[in-house]
Amino acid sequence: MHISPVLWQFLVKWLNSSALFPREASTIAPYADALYFFLLTITVVGLILVAVLVFGFAIRYRKERNPVATQVEGSTLLEATWTIIPLALFMVAWIWGALLYFRIYNPPTNAMNIYVVGKQWMWKAEHPGGQHEINALHVPTGRPVQLTMISQDVFHSFSIPDFRVKREVIPGRYTTVWFEATTPGTYHIFCTQYCGTNHSVMIGDVTVLNPEDYQKWTQGSTSGTSLSQNGERLFASMGCNSCHSGSAAARGPNLAGVYGSKLQLSNGSSVQVNEAYLRDAILNPSQHITAGYAPIMPTYQGQISEDGLIDLVEYIKSLKSNYRVQQTLTTSQSNQAAPTTPGTVNP
Amino acid sequence: MSAHTIVNLPDQRTATMPKRNYINNEDGILSWLFTGDHKRIAMLYLVSITFFFFIGGAFAGLIRLELLTPQPDLMASDTYNKFFSMHGIVMIFLFLVPSVPAVLGNFLIPIMLGAKDLAFPKINLLSWYLYWIGGLFTLTALVLGGVDTGWTFTTPLSTHYLNTHVVTAAVGIFIIGFSSIFTGLNFIVTIHRMRAPGMTWFRMPLFIWANYAASILMVLGTPVLAISLVLVALERTIGIGVFDPTKGGDPLLFQHLFWFYSHPAVYIMILPGMGVISEVISTFSRKRVFGYTAVAFSSVAIALFGFFVWEHHMFIMGVSNYSALVFSLLTMLVAVPSAIKIFNWAFTLQKGSITFETPMLYAFGFIGLFTVGGLTGVFLGALGMDIHLTETYFIVAHFHFVMVGGMLMAFLAGIHFWWPKMTGRMYSESISKLAAIVTFIGFNMTFLPQFILGYLGMPRRYHAYPPEFQVLNVLSTAGATILGVGYMLPLLYLGWSLKYGAIAGDNPWQATGLEWQIQSPPLTENFTEIPVVDHDAYDYEWLEHKTAQEVTTVG
Repeated sequence: MHISPVLWQFLVKWLNSSALFPREASTIAPYADALYFFLLTITVVGLILVAVLVFGFAIRYRKERNPVATQVEGSTLLEATWTIIPLALFMVAWIWGALLYFRIYNPPTNAMNIYVVGKQWMWKAEHPGGQHEINALHVPTGRPVQLTMISQDVFHSFSIPDFRVKREVIPGRYTTVWFEATTPGTYHIFCTQYCGTNHSVMIGDVTVLNPEDYQKWTQGSTSGTSLSQNGERLFASMGCNSCHSGSAAARGPNLAGVYGSKLQLSNGSSVQVNEAYLRDAILNPSQHITAGYAPIMPTYQGQISEDGLIDLVEYIKSLKSNYRVQQTLTTSQSNQAAPTTPGTVNP
Repeated sequence: MSAHTIVNLPDQRTATMPKRNYINNEDGILSWLFTGDHKRIAMLYLVSITFFFFIGGAFAGLIRLELLTPQPDLMASDTYNKFFSMHGIVMIFLFLVPSVPAVLGNFLIPIMLGAKDLAFPKINLLSWYLYWIGGLFTLTALVLGGVDTGWTFTTPLSTHYLNTHVVTAAVGIFIIGFSSIFTGLNFIVTIHRMRAPGMTWFRMPLFIWANYAASILMVLGTPVLAISLVLVALERTIGIGVFDPTKGGDPLLFQHLFWFYSHPAVYIMILPGMGVISEVISTFSRKRVFGYTAVAFSSVAIALFGFFVWEHHMFIMGVSNYSALVFSLLTMLVAVPSAIKIFNWAFTLQKGSITFETPMLYAFGFIGLFTVGGLTGVFLGALGMDIHLTETYFIVAHFHFVMVGGMLMAFLAGIHFWWPKMTGRMYSESISKLAAIVTFIGFNMTFLPQFILGYLGMPRRYHAYPPEFQVLNVLSTAGATILGVGYMLPLLYLGWSLKYGAIAGDNPWQATGLEWQIQSPPLTENFTEIPVVDHDAYDYEWLEHKTAQEVTTVG
């Protein structure tokens, strides 16, 4: 037997460069794979069982060997057996799957947050420290990373198969996913929700770096202004500060420290202020009136891009006092020089 | 009672075509186009869905050809997107949904019940015309340049971001939906009101039970699809904003509405197929279906639970974690009746006297492929696993195992089983067995690699893909070629049999159903006198007794 060396080389190269099982590059991956192998075992065992029954009976009771059939009504015991055993196995799959789901979709509280904006047909990652990436994402090993994602147009879906995580990226709504990368390397990012013409080029690479390399990367690739600094400029230029000045007589509620607090609304309900609430309150203010304030805020629907909204949300999140808001206000009113450039960027 | 159920095949060599039957009762194309005869309408459907099957199949072939290489080299991305959209739309709405109910159900339900026709013959004909009007809209959309929404019409992509013929296609599907509703309604009324004397609910063949369950789904589910498509069309044309977040709408709402129909639609497609399998397995093992009531009620249970699992298509879409928990549980529950059916079919074989004619081979294929399809569904129902697997080739492989491996196998089993009854002719046994085996091999080669691709993370609906996925894609495309041959063969030999096939005789398989006790092809009025049913379904002793009597009395 001789295989042409050219063909042989081709085959070897082909098989080596092709994959059969994805890499495990996050802390979640082993948990997902464990469930996968459990389900795979059920499938294989189930299939073998059915095959043995069907082929066994087909051979044992074929017409040549068993010319006369014996009529059987059925058997309650057997019916119960093959109702209860599959049901029990499926219940295990249900609970196991649910535990994994809650693990993947409940981020740890110490996770670092990165924003991702999906649009036809690219991924934009926005780091709080002011690093902006397109179709790329740099993350450190050993640190939980939460992605807060939104779409600017249609449904997209952010998937990193080697991390076993995925989440739909929805227009008009923040969704989150988290992971903790374990192995430095480059992994695929796919958009898995069909999103139009160039769906299949809406792909990118997530680069996992050692903490030291990651430190170097953040310092080397920042744009110079953090998201909250961008947000502060936007806050001033949109005139938000004229109402949300934080003074007692202001027409809008005080925003310092509002993030994470429990807010009483004018319709009697109370909400926990998170990113999604802040975003909605900017776009649909009439639906989110803080108790004690008049519904006078206009909608900013269509006036601020998703990136801008992220900047504003980050700014309001970082707002601990109204000192700088009032500074900006006085400066603009007294027509003096702009306030000094904010400090250095902390990634 | 002696348990002798010897297969005494009637002498097919001396069998003759009945002089008068539903095919030659009237002549001329108009007699077909204005017929009220359920059997003729079934044949009209058979020709129509076969036409659309090969259109959908051609798209599938082109998709697989493009995916032979990682680069987008055969066609433009937009073209590729249109191809997979049209493949899905044609196969689901124009082939799978009407396949078994509208062809085999139409032909057999009245006969199996001992009735002369469906309850509303004219509405039955109207269904077929609606099917074609919808089909023509779909073809128009195709000819004018196609649709690239995917068969799911996901908003806001379909409403705001595409300038293809979305509304035309949506109107087409809207109309086909009514065809489906009318068929379901017709079946339900017929099964309730037109059973022959003595045909009690628990004497009905399981094929009827399965179609009854599917009909309920058609009648209750399809209107919701119609509503969601109307909303898409209105959103697209006048911007009503129901799905538009900037106008206070919810883009996820569309998916809730769409899947509220489209998950039950999966059961509309598979349940009648399961009915076929019950008939075939029983006939060729010459044995009552094991646990008749369990199989009957599992059909109803699937129909019932099938309405409450739609959210499992949306586990990763930011739905509440706790609602996901409930929908995952319900998804696990709906898997149980399917498992019950599989084991009941397997145990029907036990102590039987089994022969391996073509329909039986297809039925065996069904059992194997449906088991894989069903169990891989459990992967996707398990919440945490779904996160990794959804929207990848795993899901593509899963639903092709259920829809093609399950339903298409069942449809072919049914066509081969009832072909002698429908046409009065036999096809060549050896070549049809070959086709069944080729189909099975081709199918597995096409779709097994896709499970691996899916776990690797290859997303569905990708025109181009990373090069490391190529080996498995080449395997899949090679399999699709074999599968294509497997599907072309029946078209050839069944067509050949129409003229040259051996005369089948009334009951070539020695089956017990009422449809086998009348001539093949049947008379237009099915029965010369309405039968009185005094035995259960699958009563092979009754059949033997009856045959013996015929021998003595008729000689």
